[in-house]
Amino acid sequence: MELFRRLFIAALCAGTLSGVVITAAHQFGTVPVILEAEVYEKAAEAHGHPGVAHEHADHNAATMEKAAAHDPEAEAWEPADGFERTLYTGLADILTGIGFALLLVSAYAVKGDAMTWRRGLFWGLAGFATFTLAPTLGLPPEVPGTAAAPLLDRQVWWIATVALTGGGLGLLAFKREAIWAVLAVAMIVLPHVIGAPQPVESGSAAPEALAHRFVVAAMVVSLLFWISLGASTGYLYRRFVQNT
Amino acid sequence: MLDQTIAASDPNRTTAEASRAAALIPALATAFLGAFLIWGVGFSHIDVFHNAAHDTRHSNAFPCH
Repeated sequence: MELFRRLFIAALCAGTLSGVVITAAHQFGTVPVILEAEVYEKAAEAHGHPGVAHEHADHNAATMEKAAAHDPEAEAWEPADGFERTLYTGLADILTGIGFALLLVSAYAVKGDAMTWRRGLFWGLAGFATFTLAPTLGLPPEVPGTAAAPLLDRQVWWIATVALTGGGLGLLAFKREAIWAVLAVAMIVLPHVIGAPQPVESGSAAPEALAHRFVVAAMVVSLLFWISLGASTGYLYRRFVQNT
Repeated sequence: MLDQTIAASDPNRTTAEASRAAALIPALATAFLGAFLIWGVGFSHIDVFHNAAHDTRHSNAFPCH
């Protein structure tokens, strides 16, 4: 219980810190692009093409799902644009930071090595490769109003890709025999051989340049997030858990 | 094989192994909690969760909508 408490405190502090930093980075980097894309998305909806410009919505389950989600009668609560929306994005960023920080300190505890901020930084880079690089190869960051395959299929592929990439990187880093390296590479490549779920028809309400700007912003902010989270969990794990 | 021989002959090494074993349950608990938080923010299909975390989901490239 004592170890759980220490791990939790280290993750809480590191996750909150990185979450606050990334909230600021999101407000400057990704959120302005999302808001701009929503203007195109709403315009497309106003022209009777919910989400994306699709006349053949019945052929595309994802588009139908999207249309249902945007039915005004079925609309659930959402934060009002402006301060409230920023507040909830900040809260979600901090919770995401704490969530990933908990995963990192759990890995440190199982690995059992003496940690430093610098060693943590490399764990953070592995986190970036696992949770951002690998899944975005198949499912790039998307602005609102982009056609996509059904949500559940994408979520299953995302989770499988993360599990296989994380497991593969772990084998590469910590097992010495060549056979493990071969298995690791196979695990990392497998989800991309299978391929991410794709929409029946691709398309986006927002211009391609905007979508591209979003990919760059999301990837750079994610890299910052993982560097910050890795270094801070490494440092705080040393302070709170290893007491040195 | 070599590792096992070293572990048997090196008391420090066996202590480290024992502390790693003791860390397993608390580490699984924190990992589970972390995964639960990430699921709630990034993956839950509950509309209110989706709407509150919308910009975070897009920015982190979690599958969204």
